[in-house]
Amino acid sequence: MSTEPADPTGTGESGPGDVQPVGVQRQKGLFGATDTGDTSGFGGLVRAAPLGAEIASTAEPLGGYFDEVVGALRDLLGDDVTRAVVVDRGELTIYIAPDRTAEVCKAMRDDEALRFELCNSVSGVDYPDRRNRLHVVYQLTSMTYRRQVRLETAVGLDHPVVQSVAAVYPTADWQEREAYDMFGVVFEGHPHLTRILMPDDWEGHPQRKDYPLGGIAVEYKGAHIPPPDERRAYK
Amino acid sequence: MTATENAQDAYAAERDTTEGRVYTVTGGDWDELVASVDPVNEERLIVNLGPQHPSTHGVLRLVCELEGETVRSVRPVIGYLHTGIEKNLEYRTWTQGTTFVTRADYLAPIFNETAYCLAVEKLLGIEVPRRAEVIRVIMMELNRISSHLVALATTGMELGALSMMIYGFRDREKILDIFEAVCGLRMNMAYVRPGGVSQDLPRDGVQMIRDFIDYMPQGLDDYEGLLTGNAIWQERTQGVAYLDVSGCLALGVTGPVLRSAGLPWDLRKTQPYCGYEEYDFEVPTHNGADAWARYLVRLEEIRQSLRIIEQGLDKLEPGPVMVEDKKIAWPAQLALGGDGMGNSLNHIRHIMSQSMEALIHHFKLVTEGFRVPAGQVYTAVEAPRGELGIHAVSDGGTRPFRVHMREPSFINLQAIPAISEGGLLADVIAGGASLDPVMGGCDR
Repeated sequence: MSTEPADPTGTGESGPGDVQPVGVQRQKGLFGATDTGDTSGFGGLVRAAPLGAEIASTAEPLGGYFDEVVGALRDLLGDDVTRAVVVDRGELTIYIAPDRTAEVCKAMRDDEALRFELCNSVSGVDYPDRRNRLHVVYQLTSMTYRRQVRLETAVGLDHPVVQSVAAVYPTADWQEREAYDMFGVVFEGHPHLTRILMPDDWEGHPQRKDYPLGGIAVEYKGAHIPPPDERRAYK
Repeated sequence: MTATENAQDAYAAERDTTEGRVYTVTGGDWDELVASVDPVNEERLIVNLGPQHPSTHGVLRLVCELEGETVRSVRPVIGYLHTGIEKNLEYRTWTQGTTFVTRADYLAPIFNETAYCLAVEKLLGIEVPRRAEVIRVIMMELNRISSHLVALATTGMELGALSMMIYGFRDREKILDIFEAVCGLRMNMAYVRPGGVSQDLPRDGVQMIRDFIDYMPQGLDDYEGLLTGNAIWQERTQGVAYLDVSGCLALGVTGPVLRSAGLPWDLRKTQPYCGYEEYDFEVPTHNGADAWARYLVRLEEIRQSLRIIEQGLDKLEPGPVMVEDKKIAWPAQLALGGDGMGNSLNHIRHIMSQSMEALIHHFKLVTEGFRVPAGQVYTAVEAPRGELGIHAVSDGGTRPFRVHMREPSFINLQAIPAISEGGLLADVIAGGASLDPVMGGCDR
C-alpha cells in the first residue's frame, strides 16, 4: 500500500500493521485484505468519498415552501446570499457565507415572510476531505408558518472565523461556545467565547476528525482488546 | 491609662500643656471613611453552589454573586459530566449508537433512542412497522411520566417537601418495573433500534401497563392534595423564576417551561412523528410563566400521557416490531432470561446449526453493520424537558459521520441567569428545579 499515507489517522500515530483504524475509513477494496488472500479482484476498488465533493445545488423549483423561503431571503439580501441551496430528504439547506451569518439570521428572524423565531440548534461538523472543512449548521424553526430550514456555512482551518449569531438568537450563546470548544470555530462578536464542556486548559478540539478518540487496551482472560479506535474495521 | 500606651494612637494624639496633658480626639474623617467604603460592594459574596450539592440537580455548578440574600449574578458552569457521547458514536455502528445516546439524558432514555432512530430511519428512507411505532409511543409516554415524577420528586425535596420525593420515586419504580419486564433493563435500555424496537412486549406487558394506568390517577390526586393547596409550596413557587414567552423563545427554551408561559408549542402536535396525529390529547398550558405554572403543567402532562398510553394499548395489533429488511434488522427475537435480556435460543439454533449463510449474514450485520446513504437530517421529538433534536450526518458508511444532540437540558440551563438574577438565593434552587435539567443530557 504505497499510496496510503504513512500516518493514516493524522494523529501522529500510525495504525498497527495493515488494520485500518476505525476513525478514518478509506473507501478502498473489500474485505480488508491488502496484501494476499484477496482473490476477488475487488481489492483495487476505490470508492469516491461522498462527502469530499463540492456541494451541488438542487435544481429549482425546490417545491413546497422552500422556494418561498429562498426567494424571500434573496429579495432581502441579494441573490448572492445563497451560495448553494440543497433539498435532501424533504429538508432545505441553505449554504451561506461565514461572514454573513448574523445578517442572514436577523433577516430570517425579523422578515414578515420568513419569521423564523426559534433557533433550535447550532452545531459543527468536520469534513476533513473538503477545503473548507469546518462547517457550522444552524437549524431554524418558524412557529408562525410551521417551517424548518437549515443554514450551513463552512470555513477552513487557516481562518476559522464565523460571525456570531448570539445577538440575534441568544440561545446560540452556549451552542457557539460548544462549537468553538469541540471544533475550534471562532465566532466573531460572541460576548465570551470560552470552552464550555471541556476544561478551560484543554488543548485541541475533540470533535475534529483528526483528534483521536483515545482509550486504553483492556485485558480480559489473557486477551488484550484494543481501544475502540484501534480495533479492526470491517469495511 | 498611661501616656506611653497611647503614644501611637492616631485618633487621640496627646500633648502636654500648662493645664496638664490634653488628648485631642479627632474624628473628622469618619464621613470620608464611610463614604470610601461601599457597604453594598463590601457585602457582595461570591458563593460557589456545586458542582457537588444536593440541590443543584446533579453536577451543575452555579457561581452566584450575592448581596445579602439577593442574587446579583449567576454564572452556570457545566461540563462536569461530559462523556464524549457524540464522539464515541463515530466509532460504533449505527445500531450500536442507541446504547450511547440512551445514556445522555438518563431520565428520558426512550426519547434519546427514538430521536436517534428516527434520524437514522430518515437517512435510510425506511418506515418502521405499525406495531413498533405504537410501542414506541407507549414507551415514550411511560418515560415522560417517569421523568416528570422525578421532576416533581426532586423539586419537592429541594423545597423541603420530602414526602413528595418518596412518593415520586415510589411511583416511578412502577414504570421502571414495566421497562424491566419489557426489555430487561430499568434505565439505559437501548430498546428502540433503527428499524423498530429490540423486541415485542412480553405476554403480561399490556396488563402491567393497564394496571399502572388504573393506579396513577389516584397518585396524582394525592400529589395535588399534598402540594397544590399547600401554602408553603405556593409561596415557594408562585411568582418565582419568571420567564415569559419572548424570553423563552430568545433563549430557545422549549417544553413545559415554554408551555407554562402560555405558548402551546408541542412537537407532538406541531410536527407529529410516530403517528402522534392519531392520538387524542390536550397540550396543557398556563399563563403564570413561573415555577408554579411549570409544576401544574407537568402534573397535567402526566394525565395526558396516561390518555395517550391508553389509546396506544387499544391500537396495538399483532405484527412485526422490526422492519422486514434483513439487511437492516438486527434479530428482534431476543428472549428474557432470569438474568435479563439475552439471545434467542431459536435464533442461535438457526445460525449455528441450520444455515451457514444465516451465520455469515448475522456476523456481517453485527460486526460491520449496515450502510446508510450519505446526507444529513435533523429530527426532533418532544422530550419531557423540551425539544430533543438529532442532527445526523452520514458519509455512506456503516458508522455515523457525525451526530449532534440538541439537548433541551443544555439549552434550557442558559435561562438560569435570566430567571434568578435579582431574586433571592432560595429561589435559584426553586427556579433551577423548575427547569428540570438533567446534567447527563446537558453535558453529553
